Amino acid sequence: MSPRLSFYVHIPYCVKRCGYCDFNTYTPAELQGPDLAAVSANYIDAVIQEIEMASSSVGNAEVPTIFFGGGTPSLMPSADLARVISAIREKFELANDAEITIEVNPDSVSEQFLAHMREAGANRISMGMQSAAPHVLETLDRTHKPVNVARAVEQARKNGYEHVSVDLIYGTPGESFADWKTSVESALALPIDHISAYALIVERGTKLAAQVARGELVMPSDDETAEKYLYADESFEAAGFTWYELSNWSKPGGECRHNIAYWDGSFWWGAGPGAHSYFGSERWWNIKHPKSYQERIAKNESPIQEKENLTPENKADEFILLQIRRREGILHSQMSSSQISLAEKFVSSGDLDRESWAQNKLVLSKNGRLIADRIVRELVL
Amino acid sequence: MPAIPLAKAPQPAATNPEQIRNFCIIAHIDHGKSTLADRMLGITGVVEARNMRAQYLDRMDIERERGITIKSQAVRLPWKSGIDGKEYILNMIDTPGHVDFTYEVSRSLAACEGAILLVDCAQGIEAQTLANLYLAMENNLTIIPVLNKIDLPAAQPEKFAIELSKLVGCKPEDCLRVSGKTGNGVEELLDQIVAQIPPPKGDPNASARALIFDSVYDTYRGVVTYVRVVDGHLSPREQIQMFSTGVKHELLDIGVISPEPVSSKGLGVGEVGYLITGVKDVRLSRVGDTVTTFHKPTKNALSGYKDPKPMVFSGLYPIDGDEYPMLRDALDKLQLNDAALVYEPETSAALGFGFRCGFLGLLHMEIVRERLEREFNLTLISTAPNVVYRVTKEGGEEVIVTNPSEYPSGKVDKVLEPIVRATILSPTDFIGTIMELCQQRRGTLNGMDYLSEDRVEIRYTLPLAEIVFDFFDQLKSRTKGYGSLDYEPIGEAEGDLVKVDILLQGETVDAFSSIVHREKAYPYGVMMTTKLRELIPRQQFEVPIQAAIGAKIIARENIRAIRKDVLAKCYGGDITRKRKLLEKQKEGKKRMKMVGRVEVPQEAFIAALSTNADAESGKVKK
Repeated sequence: MSPRLSFYVHIPYCVKRCGYCDFNTYTPAELQGPDLAAVSANYIDAVIQEIEMASSSVGNAEVPTIFFGGGTPSLMPSADLARVISAIREKFELANDAEITIEVNPDSVSEQFLAHMREAGANRISMGMQSAAPHVLETLDRTHKPVNVARAVEQARKNGYEHVSVDLIYGTPGESFADWKTSVESALALPIDHISAYALIVERGTKLAAQVARGELVMPSDDETAEKYLYADESFEAAGFTWYELSNWSKPGGECRHNIAYWDGSFWWGAGPGAHSYFGSERWWNIKHPKSYQERIAKNESPIQEKENLTPENKADEFILLQIRRREGILHSQMSSSQISLAEKFVSSGDLDRESWAQNKLVLSKNGRLIADRIVRELVL
Repeated sequence: MPAIPLAKAPQPAATNPEQIRNFCIIAHIDHGKSTLADRMLGITGVVEARNMRAQYLDRMDIERERGITIKSQAVRLPWKSGIDGKEYILNMIDTPGHVDFTYEVSRSLAACEGAILLVDCAQGIEAQTLANLYLAMENNLTIIPVLNKIDLPAAQPEKFAIELSKLVGCKPEDCLRVSGKTGNGVEELLDQIVAQIPPPKGDPNASARALIFDSVYDTYRGVVTYVRVVDGHLSPREQIQMFSTGVKHELLDIGVISPEPVSSKGLGVGEVGYLITGVKDVRLSRVGDTVTTFHKPTKNALSGYKDPKPMVFSGLYPIDGDEYPMLRDALDKLQLNDAALVYEPETSAALGFGFRCGFLGLLHMEIVRERLEREFNLTLISTAPNVVYRVTKEGGEEVIVTNPSEYPSGKVDKVLEPIVRATILSPTDFIGTIMELCQQRRGTLNGMDYLSEDRVEIRYTLPLAEIVFDFFDQLKSRTKGYGSLDYEPIGEAEGDLVKVDILLQGETVDAFSSIVHREKAYPYGVMMTTKLRELIPRQQFEVPIQAAIGAKIIARENIRAIRKDVLAKCYGGDITRKRKLLEKQKEGKKRMKMVGRVEVPQEAFIAALSTNADAESGKVKK
């Protein structure tokens, strides 16, 4: 039986860099090119070549999911993305029911792009909505108009995408509780089956980090952010979305299978600069800069920057830190007896769901989800 | 050229006392004593120019770096007087320049007939120098006032000559002017040492009596004891006896320092040199004791032997609990060289296993700590320093408290605390602010004298505990660095004192308990609770922080329970990073201390304890 291998395809380009973003993405100006077409020329060829390398190193594999992320995949010509899907189909066994997701920006996505990608096999759209409050979008450096989100979602639905998701960000400096309510309600008014909601993280080296350091922006307190999480969770659940991971909610059947692959220990291959991969006991990541990446590939060299071999202890730690984030939780039988006894205090503090615990399963309660990292530290240290 | 080739100079054990001059240099930390000493070594020819290094006589790294002398030294310098053309032997006895080592200073002074009062003529005399000057005068030493650093652009020799002449009782023009740096005036100073300081007197035929003025542990030779012979004679291979203990030692080596040790045929009346007996512990050869011979022992000891008494106590704990045995070994080794250091094992619920250590004062404490960290590669936390209290409980039982956690919990009848006589020298501009500081610190003004038009000596009686707590830093900042302080213990006084405990979630944190004046209990409680609220990370539950006197809560803060401790995103590229962070946190976890259920990072302890411990560091920095 051939192994299963999900594919992540990284598109490292954006028209503009958002202040909070620390992803491995570049604007045409940063790449010293006149426009996007010029800087991304031949990029997809390199990605396809890496997929061929994957094929010769892994051999045959069944591909259950593909995820185009970025950057901004919707900036690429749809024909190019379609070529990637074809290459994977050609080199591997793409499952009949494969989930193929494209991240899109509500402003840059066209109906034609959506239609073409649907034809090429894509069946899930993930849209960066972030907020419905214009001033919050401005703080985040997002350029899209809130109305474009609804329009793009409609178009995706109209073109036959089975699954549509939006991303939201809460805890942006200056975001009031009412702003957040508006964002949650706007998202719930859309014909979607999946929502990701992330508390804003101030990443080192970003413009946001500098603004916060200079005191120009003030991050809200953890207590306020926690309240926003609880509010969102309640609203999503009331609207028929169930949490299946800390920051992800879906209608039944709308879970993102690709992301679940990251959490349940499945294997995944990340193609493109800076992308991480996991296969067997190895984890590796590619060289970060798109130009160096393309140069290496052009010379038929491996684009890998660094590799690590996961020890059984590493795997055990990762199992806890990933699995605890899921509604599925962790069976007592998957925990050591000392971990079980360490976890007891979180049952009494109400951070672990009592009913599940009684059924020999560790599942975070609402409040527990907010301190998941702390609970992980207690369990694995 | 008045230098005499060493081989032709008068030899030890064969020098007429009339040819000997024993002197020391009294100076403040950075007034140029070591530089002047270096210059004397060069001019008298005992150190050749090519072998010269700065601060030749300071042996420890700490001494060189801080520019202070911790242990004394004695160097034999041959000198041909430019006045009478005769040959002499000058024994220069270096003295420690700090208040904590007053007892050692007094022993060094007792070994001399004269003292050079060395003052930086850009700064004027400092409080500790003044204290040592008085000590020298009490010992009837001949004082030669010397203004140093006359080469400096900021030098004001006229002004400070007037100040010195008033203090010493001479004419301003009698103050010599030298530059240790350029050598200017140093030859004249050597001639004046010969001319003004009287030769030692003693009975060469009496039983031997030699005063121990220093005792140093050397890894290779064991204890090296520095002595000044008063009467009689000490010879190699002779059996000697310590007067205080009656312990007998074989004299393995005897000699003089010039400036490296040179074995000699013995030491005669008035001579200064070293003895080596093979003992390994300086406590067997203590400063102030009298050395005599076993076959013809003296009946009368030289005056002045006393046990140094620790005045300041602090708990020392290794940050890494595994280093406890290393700390014990290191303290054992330091004690070989430091008879004043005392310690005993102590356990703190908060800090683990450590030692309660007693020191002569704050500088002594800091030097010990620094040596432990530097020479023995340990990383330590020290608790806030405290003094020794004598507590009488209701019912009359007396308890000696060297650690706040030993303070009796029941009713207390009376508490005695050590008090000191403090002398502060400062420009007159700061009189107001100094008096304000001393008043706040429960001081009583004893008097004030003008050293010159713009410099004043202020005398206060103060509880030692008030000086131990941040006094010196305050004085320095209030006087823009010009104020200097000296103090000497003068006994005990009753104080209205209470113990303030700090509780985390109802549990007393022993390391934070402090004995304070009743009026200062509330500010201390507020300061500690506020600080801890900032330093202790939020836990899963609410943590009350309280300050209490007995059962009475006097201040309270709350650390609210944590609400959010999770990173929202965890996808492919985040997993390795997240696991690595977790691995790092595993390391950090080792450095967490549990107080009840509360996790306190070690950094919080260090930061909470540091304000007090930082206070004395200003004391020795230039």
